[in-house]
Amino acid sequence: MNEKDLTKKAGQMRRYIIRMLEIAGSGHPGGSLSSTDLLTCLFFNVLRHNPKEPKWPDRDRFHLSKGHCCPILYALLADFEYFPKKELESLRTLGALLQGHPDPKIPGIDVASGSLGQGLSVSMGMALAGKMDKKDYRVYCLLGDGEIQEGNVWEAAMACAHFKCDNLCAILDCNGFQIDGRTEDVMNLEPIADKWKAFGWEVIEIDGHNISEILKAYELAKEIKNKPTIIIAKTIKGKDVSFMENVVDFHGRAPTQEEAVIAMKELSDE
Amino acid sequence: MSSEMMYQRDVYGKTLVELGKEDESIVVLDADLSGSTRTSFFSREFPERFFNFGVAEQNMIATSSGLASCGKTVFASTFAMFATGRAWDQLRNSVCYSNLNVKLVATHAGITVGPDGATHQALEDIAIMRVIPNMTVIVPCDGPQTKDAIKAAAIIKGPVYVRLGRVKVSTIEGLGKFEIGVANVLKQGKDIAIFACGIMTEQALIASKELAKSQIECSVINMHTIKPLDTDIIDKISMQVNSIVICEEHSVIGGLGCAIEEILAKKGLGIKVARVGVNNRFGQSGNSKDLLKEYNLQAVDIIEAAKKIHNKS
Repeated sequence: MNEKDLTKKAGQMRRYIIRMLEIAGSGHPGGSLSSTDLLTCLFFNVLRHNPKEPKWPDRDRFHLSKGHCCPILYALLADFEYFPKKELESLRTLGALLQGHPDPKIPGIDVASGSLGQGLSVSMGMALAGKMDKKDYRVYCLLGDGEIQEGNVWEAAMACAHFKCDNLCAILDCNGFQIDGRTEDVMNLEPIADKWKAFGWEVIEIDGHNISEILKAYELAKEIKNKPTIIIAKTIKGKDVSFMENVVDFHGRAPTQEEAVIAMKELSDE
Repeated sequence: MSSEMMYQRDVYGKTLVELGKEDESIVVLDADLSGSTRTSFFSREFPERFFNFGVAEQNMIATSSGLASCGKTVFASTFAMFATGRAWDQLRNSVCYSNLNVKLVATHAGITVGPDGATHQALEDIAIMRVIPNMTVIVPCDGPQTKDAIKAAAIIKGPVYVRLGRVKVSTIEGLGKFEIGVANVLKQGKDIAIFACGIMTEQALIASKELAKSQIECSVINMHTIKPLDTDIIDKISMQVNSIVICEEHSVIGGLGCAIEEILAKKGLGIKVARVGVNNRFGQSGNSKDLLKEYNLQAVDIIEAAKKIHNKS
């Protein structure tokens, strides 16, 4: 897909997110919207996958470590017809396919996530299996910036470098906010890039809403050998919905009906 | 009754090598304790299928789920305290919720860890493992049963917790066939039934011999699988005797005793139950024998409990 179409597609994914969260009445719009461009580019232009065969052994893996941002993942999986789009309307309801956090019963999802800090380890397991089996698939893992306050992340960071997982690419969605406020106020993460470099990672820093930079970063990551790569993407929480941008309240609050109307208008293609 | 002494972890290490030869999908993980857990046997034989995570149990367990999602049968080992306690969230959310093929084989469980003391003596692990949906929990009583349990764990799909000790244990004669979820009746008696798992199985047999001298005839049942619990045998035995003694090298809260009592309470039979286990205490340093005495985990304690409950009837 060209950059113009990817931008359009990302807009459509954002509309899906707003719509499903409005219907659900709960969920996490902020981090879903901040990672929309990163994941739209990944799913349409980078990831080798086949919705008709979700368990295809040679598929690239994507693991959403920050599981609460599943609305963007569900939007993409629905768009690729891993399951009917109608499922988006029953998000977070009793008996629904689409649980509040990713569930391996959902086609396209391999391992559950939601309890933060575990996903980089899970992804490393997939990467190690690929190496053992001499498969050329790659593993992508999206982490949130607040999430890297979890100790398990750094255990995994150390091990991914130790095991030279160059088939693994982590993506860090740095929107600068967590539930209780700005990351710098709650628990300072800086210097983020230096931390990953010190742990033996190749670090690529980009604007997480610049389609061209995002695509280049994914391609560059493929060329890095003998060590894992992390794309540190500066993003805006609640991106493209004016009243959600950089508003911490929308980390974990769904839009009301009225707010959704405004958001849909702002996200419109027209 | 019992003969050769062996380390369950030696048996585990050797069995892993056997399994590794038969099944290329088997991958083994450890967290800097491969010498103690004996996964080092496997690492020497199959270095390309062995991963040491260093002192990072959470990472080891979460990684195991990723490996298992790609078709690997994962055996992950460390001491029981850290395997179940440190990495509980990873086990619950990444492994068990996704129902992945991860076999957590932990050594150094129970008070018999000895001199290392309380921080290393897992007395709550059965409780916190059996409470997780999808998890199977096995506590083998000797060397040969350890081998059977490991082989069975490798075959069934889904997560399994196998609890092993540090010290050498006697081999129990006449255990019979091993099947997950089917207890072994070692002895039949009309007065009291003694249910036991792990090292307490041997103590139960010793106690039953002594009790026979006082005309108290005991059934002895080895409940090697805590989950799924063999409820059929509990139903059957509880119709035959009027009291039950349950023994485990574990806290009396949440382990085998609680699992059996939950079933008995549901039946509402009013059968009398006595418990031999660690009574809401932390462990401490000491040699294993002294600790078993201090924490009332010997045959004499089973005898005392049995007599007390029998005399009430």
